[in-house]
Amino acid sequence: MACCGGLDLAEKIADDVSKEGSFARRTSDILAASHQPDNGLIQTDFLVPAMHCHSCISTLEKGLSRLPFVSRVRANLSTRRVSISWDLGIGTEGDGPSLTRAAKLEDAFADLGFEAKLFDLGDDERSDPVGRQLLTALGVAGFAAANIMLLSISVWSGADAETAQLFHLISGVIAVPAVAYAGQPFFRAAIAALRKRRLNMEVPISLAIVLALGMSLFEAITGGTESYFDAAVTLLFFLLVGRTLDHHMRERARGAIARLQNMAPRGANVLQGDGRVAYTPLREIKVGDRVRVAAGERIPLDATIVDGNSDMDFSLVTGENEPVHAYAGKALQAGVMNLTGPLEIEVTKLVENSFIAEVVELMSHASQGKAKYRRLADRLAEIYAPAVHTIALITFIGWLIYSGDWQSSLYIAITTLIITCPCALGLAVPIVHVVASGKMFEAGVLVKDGAAFEKLNEIDTIVFDKTGTLTLGRPQILDQNTPALDDKSLSLVASLAQRSSHPAAIALAAHLQHSFETHAKLDNIHEVPGFGIEAVSAGQKIRLGRTKWVAEIAGQSSNDKSQKSVSSVMSFAVEGQKLARFFYKDTLRDDAVSVINALRAKGFDLQILSGDHASVVDDVAAGLGIETAISDCTPQQKIAHIEALGTSGKKVLFVGDGINDAPALAAAHAAMAPSSGSDIGQLAADLVFTGKGLGAITTALDISRRTDRLVRQNFALALAYNAVAIPLAMAGFVTPLLAAVAMSTSSILVVANSLRLTLNAPKFSMKSIRKIHFRKPAQTEAKA
Amino acid sequence: MTQLIILIPIALFLGGLGLIAFLWSLKHGQYDDMEGAAARILNDDEDDELLS
Repeated sequence: MACCGGLDLAEKIADDVSKEGSFARRTSDILAASHQPDNGLIQTDFLVPAMHCHSCISTLEKGLSRLPFVSRVRANLSTRRVSISWDLGIGTEGDGPSLTRAAKLEDAFADLGFEAKLFDLGDDERSDPVGRQLLTALGVAGFAAANIMLLSISVWSGADAETAQLFHLISGVIAVPAVAYAGQPFFRAAIAALRKRRLNMEVPISLAIVLALGMSLFEAITGGTESYFDAAVTLLFFLLVGRTLDHHMRERARGAIARLQNMAPRGANVLQGDGRVAYTPLREIKVGDRVRVAAGERIPLDATIVDGNSDMDFSLVTGENEPVHAYAGKALQAGVMNLTGPLEIEVTKLVENSFIAEVVELMSHASQGKAKYRRLADRLAEIYAPAVHTIALITFIGWLIYSGDWQSSLYIAITTLIITCPCALGLAVPIVHVVASGKMFEAGVLVKDGAAFEKLNEIDTIVFDKTGTLTLGRPQILDQNTPALDDKSLSLVASLAQRSSHPAAIALAAHLQHSFETHAKLDNIHEVPGFGIEAVSAGQKIRLGRTKWVAEIAGQSSNDKSQKSVSSVMSFAVEGQKLARFFYKDTLRDDAVSVINALRAKGFDLQILSGDHASVVDDVAAGLGIETAISDCTPQQKIAHIEALGTSGKKVLFVGDGINDAPALAAAHAAMAPSSGSDIGQLAADLVFTGKGLGAITTALDISRRTDRLVRQNFALALAYNAVAIPLAMAGFVTPLLAAVAMSTSSILVVANSLRLTLNAPKFSMKSIRKIHFRKPAQTEAKA
Repeated sequence: MTQLIILIPIALFLGGLGLIAFLWSLKHGQYDDMEGAAARILNDDEDDELLS
């Protein structure tokens, strides 16, 4: 079996070692996403977005190879994937090898300083058969074109009639099988379109190629001179270049976005009757089942808390910043993050009715309601194809009436079809889009589809989500408010904060660990969900958490006044001593202000649409100078607002990250999502941007503006070519030589024009080589 | 004419060789990671470290 053995195996292992609930689940997720080639090893793919240079490749490959059970590591820089072959170790004695091994793989990435996401693809998607087929066809067409051109040049340079006929016959022998094989992508698309009684660009292309081939064969056999084998095959070659580039662009974006496994768990630890826990796939979980959720995991299904209490992070679900303290009886939606305490929850909805399923439903409604965007090339094809066919028909009838010779009239009509074959048109769009998406990729933006460029260029209104989009979505410590504690106490704070999985504590630890020792000896550490973390140091109790709770042990309270525009506070105290406070705020992304100003200067209408509370939203809006800010939105209200803008004639770009934003992303004319957000948001968006800044938005708008201009220029070039070629062809002046030269020239012209997009930004600079990429181990939620 | 009888098959054979080489490299994943191949050139092998 080549694959899909993963899931059975995963369940078996999880069942065996169900005592380690969260651990088993992480492992099972890894195993379920892996596949088993025949050599007895497991192959697991991880997506590593931060990998971007030679030293990253070397760090990852060497670092991961050091694990004793890993036999092969291969990093792919183009797709940002790392593929690991490793030995599962079933049957080996020892401390549960397979489990620890799978988990160690994930930890190894974190130790090397990279954030890795599990990447799951079916066998088909792994090897990309369509891409290979296109490349093979391209190779065949290239081979045929080169050889036929060789023979044609001899004919044009004056071979005698006998040699010419031999050469034509040899050309035919090469051309027919080559076209039959390499032309399939076009013939299939043309037939599919004709079945639906529609015309697309492939119809005139296929017709021209087949007619050229048929007419040339007839001529070669009967000893005539009109041979268009070279034109037909060269044409096919150029068109395949366009098709292949287009496919690779989509493949790259799709590969990077598709099915990231960080958000939705595939299963959950369900409590069995005998008190054991079994890892169960989501689909098999019933309403009323009890599920254990460890700290640091997401809630798998809509549920109510039965036992335990914890701080919950709703930011991806509602857009609320501040973690909420939840206890027995509280209802939770799937996708909410459990931060601090283990929970036992009772499932209230099946997976198909869960909150995420509802969002998906809203999304599909939203995208159905939106008129399907038709690309410029498709719109052009609908005029172009019938026009070309009509012109050929008119030519035939005209010549028939004039000369009365149906055979020569037919020849001239066919030449007209061949010369108008939209070769340059077929290349004009894909090649610009490929160059542009390459530029976008360098700037950290993934483009899912070429249509995104056209849509982005029509935008006049930009609507932002707040949490996680304009802001980082995580509390950041405010520097200037670090309380006056001595170094020893700050070291205690750092050590204590490091043990907690609360985002505020993680931020604090990250803030302090540069300057302070984090190995203070602490005993009896425990986290009290909803309050904070507590430990004993040198016989004294210390606490870090909510002010009221910390004040219980503090000798005297601090006199600091809490500041306005601070979203939260965390306090620290050693038993009997003064209480100290740390202030937090969900800060704006570094470049938010400059990007917003730049966008406003360009005349875009800017708005904020958030699920968070009015006070927080208004504060952010004021900071950015955005006038229209709507708060407390449900996903339904977000869609309604976007649709209302759409019906009033605005072309809206929506930028959002959460699950609650997904329907609005689908409803908007164009949509962008950060790669740090939810999967479902990224699925709904046209573009996904990586990196910490919002600068990607201005870059994307800028690139798509230039892209659109180039596409239109290319269309103009192609049409200008036709304006000259069509009258010549109709008048019967076109010879095979002229056809081959004219068609190749127009294609090359279009390609050269497209490459101008890369001119003013050298791709490879010395600076990028000199940069040494050193990163600290990530302090993320994955830590728990 | 007689030269052509020899030259054309040679041209086709050489072209065919190129095509086969291309299809072989495609099948063996030589085009799977274009950027990585360019970057790997800058990495030192571990053996080199041992020598120095």
